[in-house]
Amino acid sequence: MIPMTHFLVLGAVLFLIGAMGVLMRRNAIIILLSIELMLNAVNVTFVGFSRHLADMTGQVFAIFVITVAACEAAVGLAILIALNRDRTMVNVDEINLLKW
Amino acid sequence: MEIYFFYMFAGGMILTSLLMITRANVIHAALLLVLTFFFLAGVFVLAGAEFLAAVQILLYAGGIMVLYLFSIMLMNVEVAVRMRQWHRQGVVVLVAAVLLGLEIWAVLGEVEFGAPKQWEWSLGATPGNVEALGAVLYTKFLFPFEVASILLLASMIGAIVLAKRTIER
Repeated sequence: MIPMTHFLVLGAVLFLIGAMGVLMRRNAIIILLSIELMLNAVNVTFVGFSRHLADMTGQVFAIFVITVAACEAAVGLAILIALNRDRTMVNVDEINLLKW
Repeated sequence: MEIYFFYMFAGGMILTSLLMITRANVIHAALLLVLTFFFLAGVFVLAGAEFLAAVQILLYAGGIMVLYLFSIMLMNVEVAVRMRQWHRQGVVVLVAAVLLGLEIWAVLGEVEFGAPKQWEWSLGATPGNVEALGAVLYTKFLFPFEVASILLLASMIGAIVLAKRTIER
């Protein structure tokens, strides 16, 4: 039997790796991929608690998280394609039109 | 036995995700994330969430990541490989990540979870994971389920409008 703490530690470590990817990389696509990783780290925690508490709600919420991740991927990639149309703009610090 | 498989899947996930955030080539990063999702499906099976494991492979690795790879092919990514890959805030991020990790470590060291609860249904009448999940999803969570469909519709329209070349008046 896998202890509950293992799931929480795995979720936390993956979330930290994803957060580091979001904050440290300049490439916008890698930032989107890191966000997917963070959403999945949350899913690990949800499923771990679902097993520990013997409650299906955790797995239902994991499905909703996957739905939100699919929406986020579609809209985020559409924005990146729109930015890439005229000239190559893949680094997030180059997109500074609204920066004060 | 179960725990060794968990360590294998968890170690594989951490390794591939660390490789993912350090790659310069975006396609390599996307393929490494697919590998991470396959390991994650293994973790889901060990936790007794078989339906989510199948969804993880079919929908995430097979759907969302293919969407990413197709979009990467539409973009001009070769230029980005030769550019500077990291922000200059890396040290701050590393310090913050280590602090957050130590904090989580301290909290988890305090909590005692005890033995997991048993599922409520009686022995011999155990529904499968898909059946149990569907019974909850379509009764108790019917309204969030419908809201999720509206969210999907809105993001689909949004993606089409954003990626369209010109918008007719």
